[in-house]
Amino acid sequence: MLHTFIALVDDKPGVLTRVASLFRRLSVNIVSLTVGESERDGVSRMTIVCEGAENAADRIRASLYKLEVTRDVDEVSRAEAVIRELCLIKVGAGPDSPHGVHSRTQIFELAQVFRARVVDLAPESIMLEMTGSASKIEGLLQVLRESNYDVLEVSRTGRMAMRRGHHTSKVLKALGTKTAADQAVAYPVRPEEDDLPNPFQEDET
Amino acid sequence: MTDTIDAIRNTTLTGSEILWATLVGEGVSTVFGYPGGAILPIYDALRKFPIHHVLVRHEQGASHMADGYARTSGKVGVCMATSGPGATNLVTGLATAMLDSIPMVAITGQVSSKVLGSDAFQEVDITGITLPVTKHNFLVTRAEDIAPTVRLAFQIAQDGRPGPVLVDITKDAQQASCIFNFEDAAPPPARPHPMLRAESGAILQAIELIKKAKKPVILAGHGINQSGAEAEVIAFAERMHIPVASTLLGLGSFPASHPLSLGMMGMHGESWVNNAIQEADLLLAFGMRFDDRVTGNLASYAQNAKKIHIEIDPSEINKNVKVDVALIGDLREVLLTLLPMLPASSDAAWLKQINASKGQAAVRDIVNLPDNGHLYAAHVIHDIWREAVAAGRETETIIVTDVGQHQMWEAQYFRHNAPRTLVTSGGLGTMGFALPAAIGAKMAAPEKDVWVIAGDGGFQMTAAELSTIVQEKLHINIAVINNGFLGMVRQWQEAFYDKNYSCSPILSPDFVKLADAHGIPAAHITQRKEVTPIVTKARTGSTPFLINFSVEKEDGVYPMIAPGSALHEMVRRPNPLIETAED
Repeated sequence: MLHTFIALVDDKPGVLTRVASLFRRLSVNIVSLTVGESERDGVSRMTIVCEGAENAADRIRASLYKLEVTRDVDEVSRAEAVIRELCLIKVGAGPDSPHGVHSRTQIFELAQVFRARVVDLAPESIMLEMTGSASKIEGLLQVLRESNYDVLEVSRTGRMAMRRGHHTSKVLKALGTKTAADQAVAYPVRPEEDDLPNPFQEDET
Repeated sequence: MTDTIDAIRNTTLTGSEILWATLVGEGVSTVFGYPGGAILPIYDALRKFPIHHVLVRHEQGASHMADGYARTSGKVGVCMATSGPGATNLVTGLATAMLDSIPMVAITGQVSSKVLGSDAFQEVDITGITLPVTKHNFLVTRAEDIAPTVRLAFQIAQDGRPGPVLVDITKDAQQASCIFNFEDAAPPPARPHPMLRAESGAILQAIELIKKAKKPVILAGHGINQSGAEAEVIAFAERMHIPVASTLLGLGSFPASHPLSLGMMGMHGESWVNNAIQEADLLLAFGMRFDDRVTGNLASYAQNAKKIHIEIDPSEINKNVKVDVALIGDLREVLLTLLPMLPASSDAAWLKQINASKGQAAVRDIVNLPDNGHLYAAHVIHDIWREAVAAGRETETIIVTDVGQHQMWEAQYFRHNAPRTLVTSGGLGTMGFALPAAIGAKMAAPEKDVWVIAGDGGFQMTAAELSTIVQEKLHINIAVINNGFLGMVRQWQEAFYDKNYSCSPILSPDFVKLADAHGIPAAHITQRKEVTPIVTKARTGSTPFLINFSVEKEDGVYPMIAPGSALHEMVRRPNPLIETAED
C-alpha cells in the first residue's frame, strides 16, 4: 500500500541524501518526494509517498525520526489530510494533430471540466496546469490519451500533504497543546487493519 | 582537564588546537589513530594537550580500539585517521560499532575545502561512504564549526541508542584560527525522544500480562548494560521469579551464576534456554532486538508467548517479531516504573520444570570429556574461567573475543558474572576485532586482566597490532585457539556443504616465533594439563603473553540451530560421550 509521510528536516546540504538513503536501505520504493521551505526558518518540509507493506509505516516513521537531521515526522496515510499535486501537461494542438483544427477548443473544454488552466498557447501545442489529487490528474491524462491527443510532455511535482484542522506545529505550540512529536506516543504499536479508505481517492476541489 | 579549558577560554586558537581542546573538554584522555597528510595540523597540535595518542598499525585497529575502549569504560571512544585510505580503513570498525550501538567519535582529516570534489590526492567522500554505518556524520570546512560540531557529535554518540559519529575536518579548517570558547559551543538540547515515555495504557497492559503469566522468560539484551539497568533487572527477575535468558551482548548484564540465569539463547544457546523460550507464555524482551541469530525461524518462534518489548529505539518495534506490548523508553526508567506496580510472585513450578530439563541436557558434554590427550577449545576456555575464579579475579577479567567458533565456546563456557567483562562483535561479526579491541579495553581498564581469545584466522587479520601492544607496554594475554581451519566456516561446510572444505583450511605462522619477534613471551600448548599453569603464568606476569593452543581440528559448536530451523530444532553434538552436565 502507499504510505505518506511528512518530514520536517534541517535545510542543509546532504539532507536529501540521508532521507533517500534510508528508503534505499529499507528497500522501500519512493513513489514521490517533494521538498520545499516550511513555515520555520532553516527547516525544509518533505512529503514522501512510498510503496510499502501495510505494517511498515510505523517502522519507516521511526527510522525517519532516527535521522539526526529530522525534526519531526508525521504520517498522514490514514489521517484526514489534504493531499495535492501539481502537474504540467503539454498537448499537441496544431492543425496536423489527430483532432486537427478542433484540437484547441476540445482541449479548452476538457480543461474546464477538470479545472485545469491553460498556461501556454503555441501554434503547435497547449500547456495545461492542474492541481489536485493524484487520481484527478491521472483522470485528465487518461482522457487525453484515450481521446488520442498527443501528450508531448508531463511534469508532476509529486504529492504534498497537510493535515486538516489546527495541526500545524506553530499553532499547536502557541496553544500549548501537544505537538505531533508528543502525540507520537499514542500511535498504535501494532499495525492496524487497513480498513480506512485510501485518502488518495478523495475527490474534492 | 578544566584547567586546560579555563586557561584557553576566549583565546584565538587554530582549528587543530580547538579540536584537541574540545576533546579535552569532553573528558577524552586517550585517542587511537594514525597520522597522514590531511590531518598533520591536528597531529602537530597534539603535544600541547593532555591526551594520550595510541599509534595503531592499521586504521581498522584504531576504530576497534576506540570501540573496545567504549565497551569497557562506557565512555565515548575516539579514533582518528587521515583522509582517503586512512578514512576508508575506519569503515569496518564504524560498522561494527553501529551494529552493536557503541558510542564512538571518529575524526578524519579531509583535503582542503577549496579542492573538495576535485579528486585531489587522498580525497575520498568519507561522509558519503559512512552514511549507512554511522549514526550521523559531519563535514566541517570552517574552524568556527569545529568545537560545536565535535560537541554535538559527542551528544549524538551517547544520546538515546548510542552509535558511532564521524567528523570529517578539512585541512584548511584545521589551519584557520578563531576564538575558542568551550561552553559557547555546547550543543542544543537533544531532540525529544517522541515515544520515550511509556504510556500508562501500555504499562497497565504489560502489568496484566506479567501477572497472568505462568511461564515467563526475560530476554536480557545489550540494552541492560547501555541503560545501566543491571540492578533493576535483577530486582525484577527476583521479585517475579522469572528466569533470564541472555543474548550474546547481554552476557554479564545478568550474573551467569545467579540461580535465575539460564545462559545464552539462540543459534548456539543451550537446549534448556531455547526450549524455555519456545514453551514460554510470556517473553519480556529487555533491550534486545530479536536478531535472526536469536530467534531462528520467525514463523515458529515462541508461538505461545505474549511478548512485551522494552526498547529505546522505536524502529526496532515489530521489526522482526510482532509484540503485544511495546514500552518505548530507557530500560532502567521503564523498569523503575513497572517494579512498584508488580506484586511479588513465588510460583516456582516453571523454574522447577526448566531446572529438570537442564539436568538431562547433554550440551555441556565437552566440559566433561575425559582428558584423553586431545585439547578441546572449550576446555581451554573453561579452564581460563576456572583459573580466574580460583584466583578471585573472575569479575576483574575482561575477555575480548574474535568471531567464530571460539566466540561461541567462550559464550557457552566462560561464566560472566559482571557487566562489561565480555567484549565481542555481535551484530557485524567482525573477524580481526579481538586484538585491537583488547588494546582499547586495557587502556580503559588497566587494573583488569584482559584476555584476547581469537581463532587462528581472525588473529592473523589484525596481528600487526601486536606491535602496538608492545609500544604501549600493555599487559594483555592472548589465547590463540588454533585448529588450522576457519573453524565456523568449516563447521558449516561440514553441516551444509557435504564436507567440501572450500578455502577453510588456513596456514598460520609459528605464533610463538611471531610473538618472539615482537619481544612477547609465548608458549605452545597441546595438552589439557598444561592449560591452567600457563594461564596462571600469563595472568600473573607483567608483560603481554601469547599462548598458541593447538586444539582438536574438526571440532564443532553444539548445540546448533540450522538457519531457517525453529529454535527447538537443535542439532546436538554427534555421539555425546557423557549425558549429564555437572552444572
